[in-house]
Amino acid sequence: MPTGNGVRSINVDYLARVEGEGSMKVKIRDGEVEIAEFGIFEPPRFYEAFMRGRLHTEAPDITARICGICPVAYQMSSSHAMEQVMGITVGGQLRELRRLLYCGEWIESHVLHAAMLHAPDFLGYESAIHMAADHRETVELVLKLKKVGNDIMALLAGREIHPINARVGGWYKVPTEAQLQTLVEDLVWAKDAAMALVSWTASLPMPQLEQDYELVCLSHPDEYPLTEGRMVSSKGIDIDISEYLDVFQEIHAERSNALQSVIKGKGAYLVGPLARYSLNYEKLTPDARKAAESAGLGATCFNPFQSIIVRAVETVYAVDEALRIIDGYEMPDEPAVRYEVKAGVGHGASEAPRGTLYHRYEVGSDGRIIDAHIMPPTAQNQLSIEEDLLAVIRDNIDLPDDQLQWKLEQSIRNYDPCISCATHFLDLKVDRG
Amino acid sequence: MGDAVVVIGVGNPDRGDDAAGRRVAAALRGAVPGGVVVMESDGDPAAIMDAWSGADLAVVVDAMVSGSVAGTVRRFDATATPLPHSVNLASTHGMGAAEAIELARSLERLPLRLLVYGIEGTDFHPGHEMSPAVADAVEVARGMVLAEVCDA
Repeated sequence: MPTGNGVRSINVDYLARVEGEGSMKVKIRDGEVEIAEFGIFEPPRFYEAFMRGRLHTEAPDITARICGICPVAYQMSSSHAMEQVMGITVGGQLRELRRLLYCGEWIESHVLHAAMLHAPDFLGYESAIHMAADHRETVELVLKLKKVGNDIMALLAGREIHPINARVGGWYKVPTEAQLQTLVEDLVWAKDAAMALVSWTASLPMPQLEQDYELVCLSHPDEYPLTEGRMVSSKGIDIDISEYLDVFQEIHAERSNALQSVIKGKGAYLVGPLARYSLNYEKLTPDARKAAESAGLGATCFNPFQSIIVRAVETVYAVDEALRIIDGYEMPDEPAVRYEVKAGVGHGASEAPRGTLYHRYEVGSDGRIIDAHIMPPTAQNQLSIEEDLLAVIRDNIDLPDDQLQWKLEQSIRNYDPCISCATHFLDLKVDRG
Repeated sequence: MGDAVVVIGVGNPDRGDDAAGRRVAAALRGAVPGGVVVMESDGDPAAIMDAWSGADLAVVVDAMVSGSVAGTVRRFDATATPLPHSVNLASTHGMGAAEAIELARSLERLPLRLLVYGIEGTDFHPGHEMSPAVADAVEVARGMVLAEVCDA
């Protein structure tokens, strides 16, 4: 509320429909934004510290526990880093199974966030529960679509959350061709469902905001990025992932329990669906591109609100990719690549649904972890989230507090923030006086 | 009685008192009459709705935060009305059993009868054991739910 001294404050102590515990604090004085902060106050969990001394083989299972929504990302980034240390490459069908597992995570995470957590913002509902009565068909479709993703996870990784079957070098156990074929019928249905989800997200009332982001993600010459590639940006970065910490730097803001990331010498950058889409558009499947085109998207996207459409487009891609992998699958003779333990430093980066997840490990000759460094996507996006808050406030400064708060929360949810990963809850404070 | 009765213990086994619902479910396995399905859930609404699909009776057991004394066990009939506003079923994710119940109500996918047993918790920290009062309450809730399904 505006007060006599020209100051408005909007404080949200708990932001709903995000994963974890965070807050938003906005202070506007005489029409000028003084503070626009996205704070992460969930307690830090010190994963990096307690990894020290653990066996390198434990990293995929320990780090997967950081997040119940994107455990596969943790398993893949950590496995790749350890494999770099050991000097092995996981290829062929073992690699294809990793991409299939990742497709499962993308499907279940993207549809949950886009349709159940984010879409209510666009339609003016308090939650998916309130939305469900008026959009029953879509909600039913999304619940079934999410289950298709869950089923991929359960089949490949033993269970939907905290998967247990992936390991350094590959897998503990690989599925038979017949087991994978059991997924096909539902995936064929899921293709049409994902296309319908793209159309539905494209029909939502879409706020107009174009931001001059530096988009950052993995890029691979042959495929839409999931598990591997070089780090590239929309403004010229093109590096091997071993150079990650040469280019990106973590800083600590006092208000936040998560470290924030910047591009050294520059500042904020953006990881996630907009970056992947804009920098890898040509690698999408023809039907995913067709769906994007029908939704009115071009080959790049800089409107953070349209991330809801891009998530649906990536869901189409994930379904296509899953079907391709299953169609060409031949059960490998060995579930994992054998290796000798070596000392060294390794880097891994993969594309979690909400953006790039980078891991770096130093391992001793006894195979134990000497040092661990994890940069989760929400922490990397934290500064871009705050820059979006500033832009949204400037564009909507005359709105009453309740409506402004709604738009601000919506813009935070553009990022599908996983605060659990960033440390790990949202609390909004708008101070206008 | 038959397959139409399902008990769903909800929670996260690694977050202190949030494990209560799943502990009740685990303790009921082998003790319930034949045909009563007992399952554990992480709270995924779609999975919970699938679990009670077609059931005459579903009993959901979950940790709750309602301001009661730790270890208090409360029984709610959620068939026709939502849980009281003061009762929050614990969820360490964005959506949990409470969302499953209300989503199902919107989608007309509730079982014929839905009972919720809430166990008041206080400590939901990752890696913590259940607090002693909640561990005791698991036994109490087990007995109450067993009597419920035996009478069904």
